[in-house]
Amino acid sequence: MSANWSDPRPLSPFTTVWRWHVTMVVSILHRASGAALFGGVVVLVAWLFAASQGPQSYAKLMELLVSGPGRALLFAFTLALCFHLLNGVRYLLWSGGHGFEKGMANRTSWLAIILSVILTLAIWTAAYWHLGLLTVGG
Amino acid sequence: MRVEPTPYKRVTGLGSAHHGVGHYIKQRVTAIAMLVLIPLFLFQFLASLTTGYDGVMAWLGSPFGLAVTFLNVSVMVVHMRLGFQTVIEDYIGGMARKIALLLNGFFALALWLIALYALIKISFGG
Repeated sequence: MSANWSDPRPLSPFTTVWRWHVTMVVSILHRASGAALFGGVVVLVAWLFAASQGPQSYAKLMELLVSGPGRALLFAFTLALCFHLLNGVRYLLWSGGHGFEKGMANRTSWLAIILSVILTLAIWTAAYWHLGLLTVGG
Repeated sequence: MRVEPTPYKRVTGLGSAHHGVGHYIKQRVTAIAMLVLIPLFLFQFLASLTTGYDGVMAWLGSPFGLAVTFLNVSVMVVHMRLGFQTVIEDYIGGMARKIALLLNGFFALALWLIALYALIKISFGG
């Protein structure tokens, strides 16, 4: 939207006048999680770069990542990744012309939300208890 | 020879650049690739983290670890650039949009080059 916008009509997606429904929520979440994952790719590339620079720089970055705020950030990235990936499958199916029916679209929206939370918790549970990442300093 | 007049929309820089279908297809091809690459990458990435620095280097230096990581980062960067381009086009107008789109492209390329440099360095033994 340009700076000299003068049209008084509401802007798409009409968030102020529409009743919130789940397909709208996941659409907004898809964009938000995608934008958040921009940061995720930056962290991934930073991790690769730190590894290439030797054990000291790797240890320094890992220290940041396993700190409280670091872990919270990684958890948020995991959730964003799981949601974006699962909801992305919905959009791929839509691109193929499947799942557009109102009931189906609503159900798969909820499915993407619920499964992304379960998947995120599963990944972190596996990382904490099965891989023992908490105890690994390096 | 009669010269075709340039359409008004071309002169003003409006109208379709005929790049939309390419964008749409690329976004979906990279999405499908990541459906396979991300689970593969995540599984090996988490396993490698438990082995410390030496284990991480051994994994990133192995042919399979290198291939999965390189392909994953490459596809991610393309998907990221296309997705963020859409966000920029939706919310920013005028000259700011042009600058944002340029920076978006440069930033994605810079990220990819840093990852490429890191992986090459690791492959040749750090």
